[in-house]
Amino acid sequence: MNDMSPNKAEREAKLEGMGCKRKRVEDARFTQGKGNYVDDIKLPGMLFGDFVRSPHAHARIKGINIKKAMKVPGVLAVLTATELKGVNLAWMPTLAGDVQMVLADGKVLFQNQEVAFVVATDRYAAADGVEAVEVDYEALPVLVDPFQAMVKGAPVLREDIKDKTEGAHGKRKHYNHIFEWTVGDKDLTDAAFRKADVTIKELISYHRTHPSPLETCQAVASFDKIKGELTVWGTFQAPHVIRTVASLISTIPEHKIHVISPDVGGGFGNKVGAYPGYICAIVASIVTGKPVKWVEDRIENLTATSFARDYHMTAEIAATKEGKVQGLRVHVLADHGAFDACADPSKWPAGFFNIVTGSYDFPVAHVAVDGVYTNKAPGGVAYRCSFRVTEAAYCIERAMDILAQKLKMDPAELRMKNFIRREQFPYQSALGWEYDSGDYHTAMKQAMEKIDYQRLRAEQKRKQADFKAGKTREIMGIGVSFFTEIVGAGPSRNCDILGIAMFDSCEIRVHPTGSAIARVGTKSTGQGHETTWAQIIATEIGIPSADVMVEEGNTDTAPYGLGTYGSRSTPVAGAAIAMAARKIKAKAQMIAAYMLEVHEDDLQFDIDGFRVKGLPEKFKSMKEIAWAAYHSVPPGMEPGLEAVSYYDPPNMTYPFGAYFCVMDIDVDTGVYKIKRFYALDDCGTRINPMIIEGQVHGGLTEAFAIAMGQEIRYDAGGNVLTGSFMDFFMPTAVETPHWETDHTVTPSPHHPIGAKGVGESPNVGGVPAFSNAVNDAFGFLGSTHIQMPHDYWRNWEAAKSLGLVK
Amino acid sequence: MSKVHVKLKINDQEMEGLCEPRTLLVHFLRENLSLTGTHIGCETTHCGACTVDLNGKSVKSCTMLAVQAQGANVTTIEGMANADGTMGALQEGFRQMHGLQCGYCTPGMIVRAHRLLQENPNPTEEEIRFGIAGNLCRCTGYQNIVKAIQHAAAKLRGEEFLEAAE
Amino acid sequence: MIPGTFDYFRPRSVAEATKFLHKSKNASVLAGGHSLLPMMKLRVAAPSALVDLAGIAALRGIKKVGGNIVIGAMTTQHEVLASALIAKHVPLLHEAAQLIADPQVRYVGTLGGNVANGDPGNDMPAVMMALDATYKITGPTKRRAVKARVFYKGLYETALKSGEIVTAIEIPVPGKHGFAYEKLKRKIGDYATAGAAVVLTMKAGKVSACAIALTNLGATPLLADAAAKALVGQAPDDKAIGAAVAAARAIMDPANDTRGTPEYRKSVGGIYVERAIRCAIAAAAG
Repeated sequence: MNDMSPNKAEREAKLEGMGCKRKRVEDARFTQGKGNYVDDIKLPGMLFGDFVRSPHAHARIKGINIKKAMKVPGVLAVLTATELKGVNLAWMPTLAGDVQMVLADGKVLFQNQEVAFVVATDRYAAADGVEAVEVDYEALPVLVDPFQAMVKGAPVLREDIKDKTEGAHGKRKHYNHIFEWTVGDKDLTDAAFRKADVTIKELISYHRTHPSPLETCQAVASFDKIKGELTVWGTFQAPHVIRTVASLISTIPEHKIHVISPDVGGGFGNKVGAYPGYICAIVASIVTGKPVKWVEDRIENLTATSFARDYHMTAEIAATKEGKVQGLRVHVLADHGAFDACADPSKWPAGFFNIVTGSYDFPVAHVAVDGVYTNKAPGGVAYRCSFRVTEAAYCIERAMDILAQKLKMDPAELRMKNFIRREQFPYQSALGWEYDSGDYHTAMKQAMEKIDYQRLRAEQKRKQADFKAGKTREIMGIGVSFFTEIVGAGPSRNCDILGIAMFDSCEIRVHPTGSAIARVGTKSTGQGHETTWAQIIATEIGIPSADVMVEEGNTDTAPYGLGTYGSRSTPVAGAAIAMAARKIKAKAQMIAAYMLEVHEDDLQFDIDGFRVKGLPEKFKSMKEIAWAAYHSVPPGMEPGLEAVSYYDPPNMTYPFGAYFCVMDIDVDTGVYKIKRFYALDDCGTRINPMIIEGQVHGGLTEAFAIAMGQEIRYDAGGNVLTGSFMDFFMPTAVETPHWETDHTVTPSPHHPIGAKGVGESPNVGGVPAFSNAVNDAFGFLGSTHIQMPHDYWRNWEAAKSLGLVK
Repeated sequence: MSKVHVKLKINDQEMEGLCEPRTLLVHFLRENLSLTGTHIGCETTHCGACTVDLNGKSVKSCTMLAVQAQGANVTTIEGMANADGTMGALQEGFRQMHGLQCGYCTPGMIVRAHRLLQENPNPTEEEIRFGIAGNLCRCTGYQNIVKAIQHAAAKLRGEEFLEAAE
Repeated sequence: MIPGTFDYFRPRSVAEATKFLHKSKNASVLAGGHSLLPMMKLRVAAPSALVDLAGIAALRGIKKVGGNIVIGAMTTQHEVLASALIAKHVPLLHEAAQLIADPQVRYVGTLGGNVANGDPGNDMPAVMMALDATYKITGPTKRRAVKARVFYKGLYETALKSGEIVTAIEIPVPGKHGFAYEKLKRKIGDYATAGAAVVLTMKAGKVSACAIALTNLGATPLLADAAAKALVGQAPDDKAIGAAVAAARAIMDPANDTRGTPEYRKSVGGIYVERAIRCAIAAAAG
């Protein structure tokens, strides 16, 4: 029975462990229409809730008349703030330390804000009821431009806190001010700027956009009055946090709340927060005694739940004339909308924006972020990025290009000159982070060789000459981006959500016959955790990944975890999985020693079991050990083979990469063509290369969309102009470029398996690559910075402002 | 509102139900007939998550009334497996080429690709990209979806697809 | 997004349909429904009844009748694309149909619906204007025919009167001609930022006949008559084309929307007119 197969490779292959392009477990159900998403859930007697929403961006509510609505066939109840006040839920706390109206309390602060919740027998009746609710509004002056938020006489948005001079993150300077957050050494930075040979300064805006997963936010709440238990199925990226929040704001004890995330149709940060729809479904279930479903439509999703970005960054770099950076100074005006509902770790009102020194060895830096209220939807979520990391990466990557332009240096060369060197890791950044590992020069060189960078620059030179000679109306841009991310939130010393440390967890049970179940505190929204988590376990303890079932999302069975966002699943939960597996392995080793009648130290792990050192024929497979764990454990040992690990990471991880975009733009129409896009990623140890590449493709596609047009745009009256997929740029297979991917591997030294996380890198690094390509194309004609998004008409506007349009 | 009796053939089975004239086909399938494989993504005829095959045409079932489908022959994702219950060529192609992530667009994508391959058994990459342009995917960037469809096309032609997922 | 309630009626004949439309107060015709149903789901449109034309066999099909191609109003864009008759006699229609929306929409979206609902974003109206098509219309009491060129009155306003249905589109088969439909759009599924249809004939190096029409560059599709006149009788050199483009631009009055400012859309509109003209000239000469 001992596995003495001489073919190690065969035994390893059978495990389908780390490094294997294992096909996904999830796909069998998803390709056959057997996924189980929230809207697929149907409970006996289930009702449906739908929102009355404000057509105004800012208005006082003078009255709500529900009489007609209550007469609509099928309508059973209409909740307003008045009803919610009865259960103390008219307002809810946000993750950022603010409060947010669940239903409009006296006024509305953004278009499509939730005003009333109509509960009916089905979604058709609910929609009829919504149409029949009459709301009397008195329009108020609207504040859309964040730069006007703190001027004298600006409209007062948040009357509930207008006299409060202290917010959740310190002093408030104005009634529309939320917080000021500063980091770095201001005096030293100012001094560096005084001494600098060269400085640049630019307002770099990252426009408001939206994660917009294909499945919108939805929930089914079912309150059992007899047992006093609440069950909520929802599109939650962080189900445990939702359970705790639900318990904190209701009177229901946490053990009587069951939160379940079934299959989730994409998240991208949209499904981290708690939304009025969840609360209203819960209250409606308590009120009616029946299960209540709430499903957002696409317009509601785009206009009401969780925008991303809207960061207006004034960046300054000080440098020597040789191009060595000496200091970085950034001020950010952050538009948070009507409520501060950012989904950042609680102590970080601007997320990890202080990763803004990027991949470069800045001796000093200073950052100040001012958050302000406007009459726009709340949110500020990390749309496929760690908290505000995309904004930071965009800021520094654009600023480095602007510096290169001023110095008349090649942007790739300027980056090489300023990279943190391999021997400097672990590296202390001027803004307080300790980068774990990196080899930037190697990655950049590999990337430049692969795309033949010098040839591309030569081609660009020829095209520029042709353009100046009037031979072509096309200009060519080469976008360079070298990003460093900070992901894997995070260590308990600096990361928590509402006081809960941002650890993650795994519980593994190995069954007597040698198969296993692993439950994890994260929640896949498409990343394929059921596949990759099993691969980690396979390699760690030698059970084929096919024999490991992974379960997530049920808060009754999974150990407490903080969920999936900010590329934290692999850095944090991936570590917890490895650590839990190692506990199993340690016990298995004791059992094997007992079985083989040797000391534990005489054993070595060999792919799928333990072997006695020097006696290769003496071997016990994990399968045999598992049986023994339930049958004949060593005296004094508890039977069974299971383990739990809660992993508090010692540090964040710092994935990085080199991206290049080659683009042509027709100056007369603004129409662009992406000629090439090359992405080199270093995410440390690679668990499943197939899934990594898939993540990169998807993130790049989102980056492409964002940089080239995807925008939540408001008019001066606070009306959303891009509220459907007609106007909100969602590229199809036709517009989406072909992606070339590549990698280097620099493991994280502090992570048990060396993995860093990858899901968000392509969005973080992709956006600056696209934007730098556009800016690089126009650069030789005299522009320094063109704001995103770079859709056709804005490219044309840029050309026009340079006098290029005939 | 009086209800209408709608009868149609779905995945080779006669099915029927009562619904209002305004009931959208996608809701009829999902709510009345409990065929929840067909999804709703955008509601404005852009995303194609609700795509079903109706009388040999790919249609977006969120922009069609159930009454319009009266008597029609409909195939949904639940009808895409082989007769013996094994995964159909497209289903297998999507799995082999990593043509899906969250799975939400996948049913519409596969049903659409089915019709595309019926009309064009050996499509070029460009033809595939134009052929699935009525279906949005937020996760994959389409590159592996194209390969998945090529994989299925090759299999259906009795050939082997030699490329790997990227 | 759920439509309001309505009655549903599926007539078997045009007479039945017009009769129902006539007596009903606020009924709408349902063709492919891909313009109407989204509007109803947004509750922007709330007809009391829908008259579904799908059951009227007489409204389908593509035929050549004498010197005309006659297309039933319920013919889908997909059927237009599949038609050998159209590819042979009015290839412009084939070219334009390819640029409409996406495969699913083309399977269901009809030619009649596209031309009759008066949306300036639809592509076929400008194409029909350029081809000098005629819409066959049946009302409760009589039939009439209206030229595409005079059919469009304003934003969603057409010459159709209450109770009338467009039953067919009649296109005179042009002789040897060059043609082009040039459309700028942000992505598949979007309406045109600007679009231009051109049909022209060359004789002895000069343009002998020309029609130009524009998509989504005003509240209605626009027949760029002066632009066409600027070319007729001329050798199509840069100067003549420039004059035509200028004349076309002069009548453009696009909306300010997320596709761009009116200034941009006029600028790019002119460029697409120019591209369509040059393309048509090359085809006519070739």
